[in-house]
Amino acid sequence: MQLNPATRRLAGVLAAGLLLGPVSSLAGVLPDDRADLMYHYYDGGGVEIDGPSVLVRKKFAEKYAVSASYYVDMVTSASIDVVTTASPYSEERTQYGFGVEYLRGKVTYAASFSNSSENDYESDTASFSISQDMFGDLTTVSLSFSRAWDDVTRRGDSVFSDQIDRRIYAVDISQIASRKLVLGLSWETITEEGFLNNPYRQVRYVDPAEARGYSYDPERYPRTRTGNALAARARYFLPYRAALQGEYRWYNDTWGIDSSTFEVGYTHPIGERWTFDAHLRYYMQDAADFYSDLFPFRNFQNFLARDKELSTMDSLTLGVGISYEFKVPRVEFLDKATVNLKFDRIQFNYDDFRDLRPTGLAPGTEPLYSFDANVIRLFVSGWF
Amino acid sequence: MKPDHRLFVTTLLMGLLALGRPALAIDGAPPAPDFRLTNRAGGELSLSGLHGQVVMINFWASWCGPCRQEFPALDEMYRKYRPMGFAMVGINVESDKADAERFLGMRPVSFSILFDPDNRVSGSYGVSAMPTTVLVDRQGRLRWQHRSYRPGDEAKYIEQIRAMLRESP
Amino acid sequence: MSLARAMLLVLAILASSGCSPIEPWVKPYERENLADPIMAWDRDPIASSYMRHVYESREGARGGGGATGGGCGCN
Repeated sequence: MQLNPATRRLAGVLAAGLLLGPVSSLAGVLPDDRADLMYHYYDGGGVEIDGPSVLVRKKFAEKYAVSASYYVDMVTSASIDVVTTASPYSEERTQYGFGVEYLRGKVTYAASFSNSSENDYESDTASFSISQDMFGDLTTVSLSFSRAWDDVTRRGDSVFSDQIDRRIYAVDISQIASRKLVLGLSWETITEEGFLNNPYRQVRYVDPAEARGYSYDPERYPRTRTGNALAARARYFLPYRAALQGEYRWYNDTWGIDSSTFEVGYTHPIGERWTFDAHLRYYMQDAADFYSDLFPFRNFQNFLARDKELSTMDSLTLGVGISYEFKVPRVEFLDKATVNLKFDRIQFNYDDFRDLRPTGLAPGTEPLYSFDANVIRLFVSGWF
Repeated sequence: MKPDHRLFVTTLLMGLLALGRPALAIDGAPPAPDFRLTNRAGGELSLSGLHGQVVMINFWASWCGPCRQEFPALDEMYRKYRPMGFAMVGINVESDKADAERFLGMRPVSFSILFDPDNRVSGSYGVSAMPTTVLVDRQGRLRWQHRSYRPGDEAKYIEQIRAMLRESP
Repeated sequence: MSLARAMLLVLAILASSGCSPIEPWVKPYERENLADPIMAWDRDPIASSYMRHVYESREGARGGGGATGGGCGCN
């Protein structure tokens, strides 16, 4: 779904309407000042990534807010792609971000910028959003627009260099349905143009000349991709003081990927200080049109992919979390603090991506790949 | 209070919603709907009992950030103008007192706190924002309504209170 | 009319109605449960944005995660 000029103009009118429209002097509220420090850890499929994440936000005169973030991924990768076609590597990715918000009446304007940097990939993203409360504050509508510029290079290759231009449009609507129920609807369109594949990844094709029966070639992707996601969610307050959430997301894109995501979550406070969370998430997708684990011959079609992320796959996540709230002794400027631990176990299953590590098998008969991942998030938060 | 009178006041205040300004002079200065609510000690307080004083009625809840933020300013106003015939009543709109009591335990105030758990008084005053602050003059008439609170609004409250204190009962 | 344009038109109408004729069926003083921190869509943005990154870098789907609104509706 490309946005044609007429639609884009309408979006502009809408944004202007929100900017200049009737200003009710009734105001909303900006979120509280807070700082978070997190350690994140991922271990799955031969990949281990961990690192810190920091997020700080502060408001001024109940009208302006600024936020800043810092994030690092320290990667040690011996993933299935890496062990079969390359050698294990380590690298680091660093991301900085900052944002500003301005609250005027019932409208919040937000702008943010972030930069992500690693030795073969650089990305800059700028975003802008407008959010308005209406209908007695029962409805909140947000519009946002993001633009990203990515620079792709290749380790060990001083010649290769390419770009990606990405635009993201999103609409979010939140609706209070009753004293205990709030509903949400999100629509997001992501459109990208440029070098969209991975400069290291290969596809394989049947090759009788090879002893193992197949050969590799670099993958070839289209230079454009447009995807749409539509999600609906509901959060319900249970009378004994707990919350239950359900969410469904539909996604489809021009590469032929069709997916559904289902998620249910439960939040249960215990006493004054403890909060327990649990959630279950199921994700399933159909493969991209140009994906195949094993092509019948070389240059089988214009576009070729063997990225497991584009295969027919599903994932199942079970996650639990625990949070403890306390007042920090002798630190007066902190209203409250929490220490939190979240653990998720994700099972990834592939229906048409094969594990090439076992040797001596005829091409196309290797076992289908699957792996489990453990994700840990350990963080402290302070409100001031 | 007679049901049709309450309906009239509610409709009037709701109608004022359309103007969208936080500090509204209430047209026609109708009589403020009377109420009798329980205070923290278990006793009762009625609006008619405060006749002759300038009364500020603040509808608040412990879960409402701007309400909590406003309290220190309200307390200061109360202490300063009380000797001149100023009364303040903080009407808590929560269905359960526990959270309000906990908040007041940490941040005590000197003005009266009343509980309106079934929201009848909130309804009769047409409360359409949290917090809502209403000013009643010495003759028991509704004069000003403030919807929402932003730091600095207390200057407007003080101006209106002082003007009404100069009026005769 | 494309879906995008229809959506934007609906939103334009909504946004221009600064004075609402619809009376809120949940009054501002009835939002106790909705204002409870456990009813927030996203209590810890630092944690949820990380998980979102974990999924988006391993699955084909992207987006649809925005969750705003609800809460106390104060001011």
